[in-house]
This record gives sequence, C-alpha cells and structure tokens, in this order.
Amino acid sequence: MRRTTYIVVAGVVLLFGLSWVLHAVSMSGEADGIERAFMITMAAFLTLAIYSFLYKDNPFYKFAEHLYVGVSAAYWMCQAFWSTIVGNLFPRLSEGLSSYFQQPYQASGWNITYWIPVILGIMLLMRLTEKYGWMSRWPLAMIVGTTAGLNFVRYLRSDFVVQVSSTFMPLLGEDPHRWQGFGAFISNLDLSATGQLAAIVSNWVIFIGVICGIIYFYFSKEHSGAFGRASRLGIWILMITFGASFGYTVMGRISLLVGRITFLFKDWLQIIS
Amino acid sequence: MSLPLAATHPRLSVHLFFPIIVIVLTTCSSAFGQSDTQLDTTVVDDTVSIAAAPVTTLLVEDGKYDDGDSLRLFWVPSIDDQLIDSKVTGYRVYRLVNDGAAEPIVDLLPGVGNYTDKNVELDSSYVYYVATLTESGEYPSIHTESISPQREWINFRRGYLFIIMMIISAAIIFYVETAKRGKKLFVRKIAGLEAIDEAVGRATEMGRPVLFIPGISDMDDVQTLAALTILGRVSRTIADYDSKIFMPVSRSLVMTAARETIKTSYQAAGRPDAYNDDMVNYVTDEQFGYVAAVDGLMVREKPATVFLLGAFFAESLILAETGNSIGAIQIAGTARPAQLPFFIAACDFTLIGEELFAASAYLSGEPRMLGSLKGQDVGKAIAMITILLGVVAVTLSEAWGVGIMTDLHAWLVKVFSSS
Repeated sequence: MRRTTYIVVAGVVLLFGLSWVLHAVSMSGEADGIERAFMITMAAFLTLAIYSFLYKDNPFYKFAEHLYVGVSAAYWMCQAFWSTIVGNLFPRLSEGLSSYFQQPYQASGWNITYWIPVILGIMLLMRLTEKYGWMSRWPLAMIVGTTAGLNFVRYLRSDFVVQVSSTFMPLLGEDPHRWQGFGAFISNLDLSATGQLAAIVSNWVIFIGVICGIIYFYFSKEHSGAFGRASRLGIWILMITFGASFGYTVMGRISLLVGRITFLFKDWLQIIS
Repeated sequence: MSLPLAATHPRLSVHLFFPIIVIVLTTCSSAFGQSDTQLDTTVVDDTVSIAAAPVTTLLVEDGKYDDGDSLRLFWVPSIDDQLIDSKVTGYRVYRLVNDGAAEPIVDLLPGVGNYTDKNVELDSSYVYYVATLTESGEYPSIHTESISPQREWINFRRGYLFIIMMIISAAIIFYVETAKRGKKLFVRKIAGLEAIDEAVGRATEMGRPVLFIPGISDMDDVQTLAALTILGRVSRTIADYDSKIFMPVSRSLVMTAARETIKTSYQAAGRPDAYNDDMVNYVTDEQFGYVAAVDGLMVREKPATVFLLGAFFAESLILAETGNSIGAIQIAGTARPAQLPFFIAACDFTLIGEELFAASAYLSGEPRMLGSLKGQDVGKAIAMITILLGVVAVTLSEAWGVGIMTDLHAWLVKVFSSS
C-alpha cells in the first residue's frame, strides 16, 4: 500500500514537473513565462485534486483541501482586520494609530458610536479568559436581539405584506383580456399562452397555490378533512416548484463544470483553441 | 418665360444670396470703418444666439421620513422650454456644499421640474441652483436658501405596516400569556422533528458522532438563529445519550454562539464536564473552502447523523450528497427556496421554510416560543382572509366594474403596499 502511494505521488510529481517545463518552453518568449507556466500547472493540479474526491478521499484531495482552507482562513482574517479595524475603526479613533497604519485620519471629535463596537468587541474576546468569559454573552445577546428586531420589520414587508398584495389577481382575466361574458369568452377562445384562457388558468393556479401553501404552513390546526386535502395540494404545488427549481439550478452547475473542463483542455492541455 | 433658378427655388436663393450679403456688408464695414463684431452680430443674430429664460420658483426641501440622506428640489421650467421649437436642451443642477465652490451634480432632460439629491450628508449645508441649458450656453437661476438634511425618527408612510405589526405582535403576546397560564396550545406534528431523538440514538448505538452544520450565514440571519435554537435541543439529547457532536462553522460569531448553546445544554443535562470547546471549530469564511473541509470530515469521521439546518447556498447539494454517500441519517432545513430541492432529493427529512422556524418552538415546548408560533398563525389567517377578499374584489371590479369592489381593492392595495 505504502509502495503504491509512493509510486502514485512520484508519478504525479513527475507529471507536474513535465507540465511545468513544457508550458515554460511554450511561453519562453514572454517575460514571466516560467511563473505563468507554474500557475497554470498548479491550477490544473488543484482542480484535478479536488475532482479526485469523486473517486474517494485521498492525499491529493487532502492537500488541496488543507491548502484551500488555510489560505482562505488567513485571507479572510487579514481582510477583516485591514478593512474593518484598520480601514474603518482606527481612522475614526486615533490619529496616532491612523498614521502608524498609513490611513487618512477622519477627525470628527469624540463620538461614542465608534466606541460601542470597540467595547463590544473586547467583551467578545473576553471568552478567551476563564474568569471573564461570561462577558462575551452580552455582545452576542445584542447581535441576536438586534438581528431579530431588524429582520421582523424586513420580513414582514417582503414576505408578508408584499406577497399578500401581489396575490390580488382577477380570476376572470384582466386587460387586455377583460371578462366580457361567457358567450364572448367561448366565441373568442384562444388556447395560446398569451390568450385569455391561459391568463385565467395562471391566476387561478397562483391563487389556489398560495392559499393551499399557507394552509400547509398553518401549525395550529390538525391537517385532516378538507383542511388536510388543501394542505396536501399545497405540498404538491411546493414539490412541483422544487422540481422545476432543481432542473434549473442543475443546468447552472453544469455550466460551472464546463468552465473548469474548458480551462483544463484549453489553458492547460491546449487541445482546444 | 423662364424664371431665374434662384426665384424658382427659395432655399437655393437663400444659399446663393447669403454669401453675397456677407461680402457686401463686409466691404461696407471696411469702407465705413465699422467693427467686424457688430456686422457678424447683425448677420447671425437670429440663427446662432439662443437666449433662454432661467427656471423660476426654485425650492429645496428636506426629504420626508428619511435618514437625513436626501434633499428634494422643485422648480418651474423655463418659459422657453416648449415641446416644439424649444430653445432649451436641458437643465443642469449645481450644488454648493458648505459654501464651497459650485459643482454640477446632474444633467436633466427638458421638461423636468424636480430632482432628488440622494448624495447628501447630515452635517453639511447645501445651496442649489439650476442652469437652463441652450445651444449657446447656460442661464442660471437664483440660488436656494442654505439647507441641511434632517433625520426623522418616525416614518409615517409605514403606518399601515405598523398596524399590521402591532396586530401580529398583540396576537403573539396574547398566546404567550395564554401558554404561561398553563393552557395547552396545539401544534401539529412536523415530520422530521420526531426523528431527531431516533437519529441521535442511532449515532449513540453505532458509536459514531453527530455532525451539525448551521449553514454558512452569520448571526444576522434568522435561519442561523433558528438552527442554533434547534442545536440546543439536539445537543441536550446528545448530552443525555452520552453521544458525540462536532460542528464545523464558517463564521466566528456562530462559533461563539454555538459553543454557548452546547455548553448550556450540557449544563442543563447535568453533564458540564462532558462539554468541550473543540466540539465547535471554525474552518474558514470562504464558502467552498468550508465545503471542502466539511466533506473531508464527513468521509473521515463518518458521522451516523448529519443535521443541515440554517442558510445554505450553492454548497447544499455537495454537503447533502456527501452525507448521503456515507449512509448517514440526514435531517435538513432551510428557508432558501432554491436550495430546498437538493435537500428534499438527498436527505431523509427536510424542514421546508417556515417549518425550520416552527421546529425550534415545537422542540422546546416552551410557552414563550409556542405562543410566538400561534401568534404567527394568526398572521397567516389574516393573510388568507385578505387574499380572499382582495381576489374577490379585483375580480368583481375587473369583470363587472362593481364600484365598491374597486374601492375595496384600492384600499387593500394601499394597506398592503410595500412602502
């Protein structure tokens, strides 16, 4: 087993080196040809290493995974420090710190609103100590409470009020297919997608779908009898919607796969132009 | 008798005679010692120099019910701003910040009589004027008074929203108080939640850990909050069964909150010694870096039960499929409609949207949370009745033009408007 591993690793290293050399030779006329050749080979290696997980967990996948996690964790930490603390906080708090980090000082006098996050941030870090760890609960409570309060109004608007008014649909059609009576409807029957029949069916589906969907999410009553049948219709409508959404999203993912394969075949192997 | 060419073609006659007039006048100018400027003005005055009246009644006012981030300008367009043969080509709004230099901020089309400046700051003062633009130049109006934007504490435009919010809040408070008085509140069974104990028990029997993934959003997402509430119940069961849990997270604040939640559950179960901070560990904020790490963990640790509860994005199917491939029981839940299909396809139980939020109340059985759930049901009942009323009103109004129904529909749209 160990011998096989050594052979596979040696083979991959050999292929990596060969790819690098061949790319470097093909880019010999360019200023940074050797570096670019290395980057392309590395990108192809990491792509294949991640795809190797489809077979099973292996050292190449582990290498790519740890590299990705390590680099991204460090990147996000630096990003948070330099953009939030150095970029936003220090220029508003201290001229000395601003000049030390070469940031333009934004003198606006003493403002307590800048110190509140500082204090809350320090309290959050208190959990690193055994004695004062309880202090970290206060900023957390504030974040959770503020989030719940702010989102209450936001979701009430977007998920409740707007949804309700959007469902006010005329069940017998609207302009340009205003209802003129049953006789006119039959004599002008149009089966096309833009016709009156399609508009009426569409509005009925939305109306029934929304009402039955809400009934499914109504928790205060047992779902039995007519209420239960409406609830079942609601979950059917939800499942049909999810099916359509599934297909639509999978199509999007296939395009991502095509992008990666294009990179491998075009930039790395240079088989396609 | 044939007429001269110039006489039969008036436009041609102008073209022919215009240079001659200019030459004659220029010659006269030289002869009588007059300046070129005066002569040029005489000739081209009607065709090139287009003067226009400036705009009038320029007013500026603070944006109503805003955060002090807008000022609104109104004016009466120039009298030369006509639909036909207009001399005005547009308007240019100038702004002086804190008595500084005037700077143009926007060019507007002819006929426009107002503009809202949304690029203003609370502590600054602003003076505006509007220049009428013609082909020959700009004709500025008088300056407005200096004005500073003001922040309003209450947005009265959202009065109806406030009333709806108060009705739902009152219903929640009523049911919370009812539950506190000991009245049993009925909540229907939610598929998937009944399986939590069974799933944790299975992990205990198999000697494998439970993996809990709270999505990839931060603490400012209510789905994460709902996931952490369910985590409280799950970790309590795990503590009771003496099973193991591990929870990789992608946000540092979620890590802190999750540790607190699990710690509290272990203390409530009377097993504080069994709690370990390493149960929850931060991986990375990067979406697919996190996914790569969690996938690796799944295939190496082989958890018997996987909880995928919270806000998920493109990683949902990757995580659910990996969990499925190792044979774990998977209980998933999210309020993101685009990700629900993947969970439904790859997981054993899925909490759909609202069920995720209801689950926390259902599991805890606490009067406060059950009352909240019942209060929300009042909101749903209001929604159903309103939709029914609105649909009937708009149908009767559109089909037969029933006046009272038209008024009812208009009123309902006003009450349930987005602003």
